[in-house]
Amino acid sequence: MAFRYEIRLSGAGGQGLILVGKVLAEAAAIYDGLNATQSQSYGPEARGGASRSEVIISDTDIDYPKAENIDILLALTQEACDKYGSDVKPDGIIVIDSQTVTNPPAGNFTVVSLPILQSAVERLGKFVVANIIALGVIHKLSNIVSEEAIKSAIRSRVPKGTEEINLKAFQTGVDLATEWLKNHPDHAT
Amino acid sequence: MEKSNPNVYMMQGNTACAEGAIAAGCRFFAGYPITPSTEIAEVLAYRLPQVGGNFIQMEDEIAAMGAVIGASLGGVKAMTATSGPGFSLKQENIGFAAMAEIPVVVVDVQRGGPSTGLPTHVSQSDMMQARWGTHGDHGIIALCPSTVRETYDLTIRAFNLSEQFRTPVLLMTDEIIAHLNEKIELPEPSTIKIINRQKPTVPPEKYVPYAMTDTDIPPMANFGEGYRYHVTGLAHDETGFPTNDPAKIEEQLLRINRKIERYRDEIVEVEEFATEKMEVLVIAYGATARSAKKAVQLARENGRRAGLLKLKTIWPFPEKEIAQLAQKVSRIVVPELNLGQIAHEVEWATCRALPVVRVNRINGEPITPHEILQAIVG
Amino acid sequence: MDYLYYLRQSKMPHIWCDGCGHGIVLKSLLRVIDKLGWDKNDVAVVSGIGCSSRTPGYVDFNTLHTTHGRALAFATGLKIAKPQLHVIVVTGDGDAVAIGGNHFIHAARRNIDISVIIYNNYIYGMTGGQVSPTTPTMKKATTTPFGNPDAPFDISRLAAAAGAAYVARTTVYHYARMDLYIEQALTKKGFSVVEVLSPCPTSYGKLNKLGNGVDMLMYQKENTVSLEKAAQLTPEELENKIVVGVFVDKEQADYQEHYQKVVQKSHNV
Repeated sequence: MAFRYEIRLSGAGGQGLILVGKVLAEAAAIYDGLNATQSQSYGPEARGGASRSEVIISDTDIDYPKAENIDILLALTQEACDKYGSDVKPDGIIVIDSQTVTNPPAGNFTVVSLPILQSAVERLGKFVVANIIALGVIHKLSNIVSEEAIKSAIRSRVPKGTEEINLKAFQTGVDLATEWLKNHPDHAT
Repeated sequence: MEKSNPNVYMMQGNTACAEGAIAAGCRFFAGYPITPSTEIAEVLAYRLPQVGGNFIQMEDEIAAMGAVIGASLGGVKAMTATSGPGFSLKQENIGFAAMAEIPVVVVDVQRGGPSTGLPTHVSQSDMMQARWGTHGDHGIIALCPSTVRETYDLTIRAFNLSEQFRTPVLLMTDEIIAHLNEKIELPEPSTIKIINRQKPTVPPEKYVPYAMTDTDIPPMANFGEGYRYHVTGLAHDETGFPTNDPAKIEEQLLRINRKIERYRDEIVEVEEFATEKMEVLVIAYGATARSAKKAVQLARENGRRAGLLKLKTIWPFPEKEIAQLAQKVSRIVVPELNLGQIAHEVEWATCRALPVVRVNRINGEPITPHEILQAIVG
Repeated sequence: MDYLYYLRQSKMPHIWCDGCGHGIVLKSLLRVIDKLGWDKNDVAVVSGIGCSSRTPGYVDFNTLHTTHGRALAFATGLKIAKPQLHVIVVTGDGDAVAIGGNHFIHAARRNIDISVIIYNNYIYGMTGGQVSPTTPTMKKATTTPFGNPDAPFDISRLAAAAGAAYVARTTVYHYARMDLYIEQALTKKGFSVVEVLSPCPTSYGKLNKLGNGVDMLMYQKENTVSLEKAAQLTPEELENKIVVGVFVDKEQADYQEHYQKVVQKSHNV
């Protein structure tokens, strides 16, 4: 049976979520030999405002490239969570930043609240790598692409010279999710 | 980790357009920044100087259109890219290219309108502007991709058709396809078919730039290659000079319409999906064709016999292909991101012999597969 | 020299009115090209719309009659595609600095190697005498029957401010000076402009009671002051005077020189 896995990444414009989407899609399509699409929705301005990036991963053709029945949703701001925090499927996951998203949507899905933005500053000293921490979280919780593929995609997509810090950020995200899974054994993926 | 296939990339539609242009031999791009087409300019600003080409950002959309016509007349394959408001601004010079028969490719990444509309959101509402946006009567070719790979292929085809038929060709893409990152396997360059304009074989003194040839497509001399002739947007005779002779005017104007119409079988490209034993035919193009294909699959899974005709050529309109398939069904569904621009053409193509159900959206959001499914189910 | 060698004789007579100065500019252009010894195949003459813009139809070069105001846009593409072509744009005041004003200033800014000859007759002649961006204030046109409330553009100073490498103004009466300026413009690397004041007795002259073509030429003769002399005069003394001379003549890298650097850098990535 063909599978279709839907990921929506939402936050503020400029948080680098389109890059996260591109890395996920590239990991799946280029390195793991699956099929993937990545699309985005944003306002007319280059910075600020709520933005979303969507990734569909499948082992077959992807006709409709927008998310309708989401497996995992990330929200890094309350505004994005309010605007794009719908369409999650019953057994799906919503990952929120514990600092910025205080009012997650209620529903028949699991809310995973993690200190993503805070970890970027406290553990890595760089606010801008929060997106890659989020990528690590999504990767660990979704388990849809191989770790090797995602690391290869990170290396090929991030600016030259920033590979190390980004791979560290990725590991930070994986660790945050691993910790959460340890405390929530029902949700082991 | 190695790529699973070295020719496979994740590529955005706009990048595929730029790369397709280079593969087709485009060596001149003039443009003006406008969302959601800008990446085409950005990629070509980087790539063209590397391959011996020229990129220039002009002062406005009108200038960009003029510059590509000038470059093509100088013998260099040329393209510009824009979106709704810019497409409106380019119309006068698109008419010039049609009238003077200069090959150029114009990309319109459709966004919500009218006016400034929705710069970052999808639309398919320039379909009629593509056909009738200029003043006066002339044939036009417009293509419409629904995947990133098709954007690459149809950009190449747009150049080939423009060179073959000495006409502007419009690539009518949309914000979803333009900004979609999708897996694409690029063809080997040696396998790509390239068509170049037919140059005159007669000596300059015998050259008649707008001769009434058997093919209706007179050979084209580039400027600066020994064939001194006159190019004007005024009504002209076969010599290219302005004329007020009604017979000469009509002869030329009918030819620039006929040269597209008579080759429509060669130009029109459509794709059928699940059209065997069907009751309902869905006709779609661009991003909406993706939703339509999914809807047809869902319908078939639910025992409803639906099929899809995807239009890759919009103008000249695939009316013959539509009329043939319409005989097999009792209803047609046309989903599109406008208020029925192509549905209306489908009604004409089928002489209103059967119901044409419209599924329309103009708020910047795509039409979902389920919305089309509902229309199929009825 | 043999003017007929450069003219498309089958297109004669031309459409210009008795007393119009445009034919004088045309002859000057042909004299200069002949003097420079350019091969006709290597010359492209590009125009927009208007009386001046009919010039390309009459001359035996690669000729392009574009849309209104857009000659410089088309010429830019042509020059880049075929750099060996000598690209000359002929245009009028309305074509160049009203509808084509944006292209004019940007072509100057870009300093692309194109020469522009502007036939400035203060009026839209082809459409029957409407006010143009160079019509002096309170002069009459069919669309300013009580006088023009607008201030006129000074085309040469506009071109100079926008960055042209060469800018000169003269009148058709001063034909020897016109030859010199056109020659300097055509041989200048970069964007060059020659603004030639050309009488329009049919529209501008008639509406403003300036007499026939000869009267208007005599006006040019009697009211012209050089740039050097103009510098000594007060604004009042300069009223109704035509200031002529070379406004700009400088060496600067042109568009193509800069683009070659872009090409080199693109290969280093």
